[in-house]
Amino acid sequence: MATDAPPPEGTSPGGPAQPTTEAFVAMQASPEFADLRRSHRSFAFPLTIAFVTWYLLYVLLCNYAGGFMATKVVGNINMALVLGLAQFATTFLIAWLYSRHAATKLDPKAEAIKSRMEADV
Amino acid sequence: MSAAHTLHPAVQLAATEGASEHRPLIITLFAAFVVATLFITVWAGRQTKSASDFYAGGRQFTGFQNGLAVSGDYMSAASFLGIAGAIALFGYDGFLYSIGFLVAWLVALLLVAEPLRNSGRYTMGDVLAYRMRQRPVRTAAGTSTIVVSIFYLLAQMAGAGVLVSLLLGITSDAGKILIVALVGVLMILYVTIGGMKGTTWVQMVKAVLLIAGTLLITFLILLKFNFNISDLLGTAASNSGKGAAFLEPGLKYGATGVSKLDFISLGIALVLGTAGLPHILIRFYTVPTAKAARKSVNWAIGIIGAFYLMTIVLGFGAAAILKPGDIIASNKAGNTAAPLAALEIGGGSGSTGGAILLAVISAVAFATILAVVAGLTLASSSSFAHDIYANVIRKGQATEKEEVRAARWATVAIGIVSIALGALARDLNVAGLVALAFAVAASANLPTILYSLFWKRFTTTGALWSIYGGLASSVLLVLFSPVVSSKPTSMFPDVDFAWFPLENPGLISIPLGFLLGWIGSLLSKEKPDADKYAELEVKSLTGIGAH
Repeated sequence: MATDAPPPEGTSPGGPAQPTTEAFVAMQASPEFADLRRSHRSFAFPLTIAFVTWYLLYVLLCNYAGGFMATKVVGNINMALVLGLAQFATTFLIAWLYSRHAATKLDPKAEAIKSRMEADV
Repeated sequence: MSAAHTLHPAVQLAATEGASEHRPLIITLFAAFVVATLFITVWAGRQTKSASDFYAGGRQFTGFQNGLAVSGDYMSAASFLGIAGAIALFGYDGFLYSIGFLVAWLVALLLVAEPLRNSGRYTMGDVLAYRMRQRPVRTAAGTSTIVVSIFYLLAQMAGAGVLVSLLLGITSDAGKILIVALVGVLMILYVTIGGMKGTTWVQMVKAVLLIAGTLLITFLILLKFNFNISDLLGTAASNSGKGAAFLEPGLKYGATGVSKLDFISLGIALVLGTAGLPHILIRFYTVPTAKAARKSVNWAIGIIGAFYLMTIVLGFGAAAILKPGDIIASNKAGNTAAPLAALEIGGGSGSTGGAILLAVISAVAFATILAVVAGLTLASSSSFAHDIYANVIRKGQATEKEEVRAARWATVAIGIVSIALGALARDLNVAGLVALAFAVAASANLPTILYSLFWKRFTTTGALWSIYGGLASSVLLVLFSPVVSSKPTSMFPDVDFAWFPLENPGLISIPLGFLLGWIGSLLSKEKPDADKYAELEVKSLTGIGAH
C-alpha cells in the first residue's frame, strides 16, 4: 500500500525497537494473539453495549416516564435521583470490573506476547 | 426552613458588590495562583528538552499524577460553574450533564485509552492516520483537533471574561477584553515555556484546588441542613417556586416533543464526546505504559465522579439558600450560582466569612479556566506541529527541534486567535459551545478512532468521509440551530435562519459520522492496508514497540 509519507514510528533514532512487518502479520494470525483479542473484545464490547443501553434507558425514562421518575422513595428523594445515582454506581462498578479483568486476563497474555516479540527483534 | 429568607436585599448584585468590597483579597488569591503556576512552568521548562518532553511530558508521570491531571483537564468552567448553575435554575435537568460527563469515561476506559497509549506517540492523529495514507488523514485529524479545541477554548474564554469581570466588578467592554487577553497571554506562557510537563503540573494543582474548594462548600451547605439531603432537596424545591417538579426531570427539556429530542441528542453527545476530545486523549501519552493509562482513567473516574456528586449539593444547595431571582439577576445562565452560594454560606454579603469563601471559589474558578485553556492550546498546537507541519508540510523530514519550534509558534498563533475570538464571543452562551465541542468530537473523531482500532476493512476514504462528514454536519447543524439564531438566547437573536430545531446536533451528526466511515470504506476501491492493520492491532493490545 503506497503511503505519501513514511509513518513517524521507527524513523526516530533512539526509539523503542520495532519488530518487522512480517513479525506483526505472523503474530496477528497466531492463536495466541487471537486469544488475547477475544479476551478483550468478548469483555469490553458487550459491557460497552450494556452501559450505553442502560444510560440511554435512563435518558428515555427521564423524557417519557415522568410519573415513574417522580415516585418518592425516601423523603424528598425520588426515583429520578435514585436512578441518577445508580448511573454513578454502575460507572464505578464497571470501571472496577474492567480493571480487574484487564489485570488478571489481559495483562499476562499481552506481556507474554510482548516479551516474545521483543526477544525476536 | 428560614434559610431562604435571610438574604440581604442587596444580594442581587452580591457577587459584584461582595467582590468590590474585598477585591484586594480576590486579586491576591488570583495573583498567588498565577505566580505559583508560572514558577512551576519555568521549572518544568528547564527540564523540557526533547520533543517527547514538550508533547508528552517525557512520559514520566505516574498513573495517579496523570489521573489528577486528566481530572484537571476535564473539569472545565462548564463543569464547575455551568452544572451548578443549571441545577440551581432548572433543577434535576441540570444533573444530566454530570451523569453524561461521567459515564462517558467508560468509553475511554474500555475502548480507547490503552490502545491509544500503545500505538500513538504525540497526537490523536497518530492513531487516526496509523493505517491510512498519512497526508490526507493527518490533515483531516489536525483540522478536526483544531476545530474541536477552538470551540472548547472559545467557551472557556467567554466564561473567563464573564466570570472574572463579574467577580472583579469590571463591567466595561475594555476591561472584559483585557481579562480575556490576560488569560490568553498566561496560557501562551504556560504552553510555550512549560510544554506538556508544565501544563500537567498546572492541571494537577488546579484539580487539588477545585476538589478542596468544592468539598469545603459542599460540607458547609450540608452542615446547614444537618446532613439531611432530603431536607436540602425539599427546601430547594419549595424555594425554587416550582415545587416537586424541581426535583423531577423535564423542567428544561420536557416542554415539547422537540425539546425531548434535544435532551436525547445532548445525552448522546455527552456520553460519546469524551473519548474523542483531543486534549483529553493526548494526556494518555504522558504515562509510560498502557497499564498506567488505565490507572489514570480509574483515578479520573473516581475524582471526577466524586466532584459531580458534589455538584448535586452545590446546585440544589444554591437553589435552597438563594432566591432564584438573585441567581438569574447575577447571570442569566446561572453561571454565578456556585460563587453566590459560597458567599451566602460564609455569612452573606458584607460578612468576612462570605467574602473569604467567595474569593476562594472565584480563585478556584479562575484556576480551573486557566488549566483547561492550557490543555486545549497544547492539544491544538501539538496537532498542528506534529500532524500538519511535520508530516504533511515537511513530509516527515522535519527534525525534532523544528517540530517543537513549530509547536511553540502555533501556540502563540492559537493564543492570539482565541484572544480575538474570546473578546468577540464574550457574550455568547458558554454551555452551548461546550456541548457543541462534545458533539463535534463524537461525530468527527470517535468513529474513526473506533474503526481504526477495531475494524479491519476500514480505509482512508472511510476515515476522510467520517472525519470531514462528522465535522461538517455537526458544525453546520449548529450554525442553523436555535443556538445561533431565532431565539432571545441565541448568538444573533434578531435574525432567524434556524431551520434545524435542535440545539445539539449529536442525534443526527454522530450516527452520520459512523455511517459515513462505514459506507466510505465499503464504496472505496482501495484495499485496506492489511500489514499496517496487523501492526496497529498487535501494538495496540500488547504495547510492543510503544514509545
